[in-house]
Amino acid sequence: MSDIFKGYKDLIPESILEEVKINLPDKCSDAKVKKILEKVYQEYRQSFAEPGESVGLVGAESIGEPGTQMTLNTFHFAGVSELNVTTGLPRIIEIFDGRKTIGTGMMEVYLKKPYSEGKDIKKLAESIKESKMEDFIQEISINITNLQMTISLNKSKLEIANLKEDKIAKILEKGIKKGFKFKTKDGIIEITPTSKDEPLNEIYKLKEKIKDVYISGIKGITQVLPVKRGNEYVIVTAGSNIKDMLKHDFVDPERIISNDLYEMEKIFGVEAVRQVIINEVLKVLDTQGINIDIRHIMLVADTMTMSGTLMGINRYGIVKEKPSVLARASFETPVKHIINAALTGEVDYLNSVIENVMINQLVPVGTGLPGLVTKTK
Amino acid sequence: MSAKKDHLKHALIPEHTKLSDKEKEALMKKYNITLKELPKISINDPAISHLDPKEREIIKIVRKSPTAGKTIFYRGVINE
Repeated sequence: MSDIFKGYKDLIPESILEEVKINLPDKCSDAKVKKILEKVYQEYRQSFAEPGESVGLVGAESIGEPGTQMTLNTFHFAGVSELNVTTGLPRIIEIFDGRKTIGTGMMEVYLKKPYSEGKDIKKLAESIKESKMEDFIQEISINITNLQMTISLNKSKLEIANLKEDKIAKILEKGIKKGFKFKTKDGIIEITPTSKDEPLNEIYKLKEKIKDVYISGIKGITQVLPVKRGNEYVIVTAGSNIKDMLKHDFVDPERIISNDLYEMEKIFGVEAVRQVIINEVLKVLDTQGINIDIRHIMLVADTMTMSGTLMGINRYGIVKEKPSVLARASFETPVKHIINAALTGEVDYLNSVIENVMINQLVPVGTGLPGLVTKTK
Repeated sequence: MSAKKDHLKHALIPEHTKLSDKEKEALMKKYNITLKELPKISINDPAISHLDPKEREIIKIVRKSPTAGKTIFYRGVINE
């Protein structure tokens, strides 16, 4: 019997074959199985989109109509956390437009074993978070008479980050460069200018600058949150930086996920980004309780990644790729497109839909697609 | 080297393989297409870096699909 199934391996998709296999009655002759599969194959062939079917248009309507039912501005709190992530319509627009800078970056960092079972989870999460000098300062005081600045550090925070005051002084020295001397003693950093005639406002400027010096963690990660998913721990972060994240060896490099499409494309390639588009859109639709056939979303994702790089559905992305001048002009900024086309002497072959609508001709869709050939007598 | 490329086994990256010249011919004939009409993949795409791709080659991608179980997709390599 498995031989018969093998024969249909290239003709019918795997999931349909599986379904047939499960639903077959216990006693079924080979001839009957063959008959069933032949019927299934015919049915499958008939379910194809016909040549000339405007699948894009149907897709646009199928996504657009339920889209009107969506709550416009929803800010959803991921899990039990205080992480604030863009969802709802703004997020859908962001994905389909292929925005380079997204509203709220987010990563899901899966961990390797022992860490995924909860070992040192708080410490790990804390070490990922980007920390600036500001986070470690308890108090800054400036002595005006001898132009000295004293920073007392928050000892408990130093301990969590596993840093010592002289190490921080070194980082500060690197980050500031100019003529200041650093002295450390027991949780206190003293900063004095090397020359005596440094103006006082320079010291005040320095104070602001010091607060902003990068100390440790991964750049761009503003919040971290260890979450339990199933029976393992996952760190959810606000802010996205996969490249630096992969340098840490407690991170599982095979499962780390970001919601930044361009970052995913750069590191995992165009096929991965296609999957991320689908997943991210489905995630939003699920939270809104909207049911759209996944084939429409897959079509959009395929179109966005067709050229080998990620392209948004806007005049800088896939609309720019259209060969017809009139089609591009009909979308946005018509004057620009027509002038440029005139200057370069572009030719419009009227092969697509919109330009034929413009000049009142039959559009090449459905029955308008095939041409008619006749024999002349 | 191997440690650096661990992330290329990512769960989101489907299997990429290169087509031989013979397979390439057969594919073009089967669908009656030219290379230009296939979807593209950049020669610098990280997911195919281990295949040593060249321009005008075809990459076969076996995706997991929620509707069909498994689907096969082709992309032509471009140098841009």
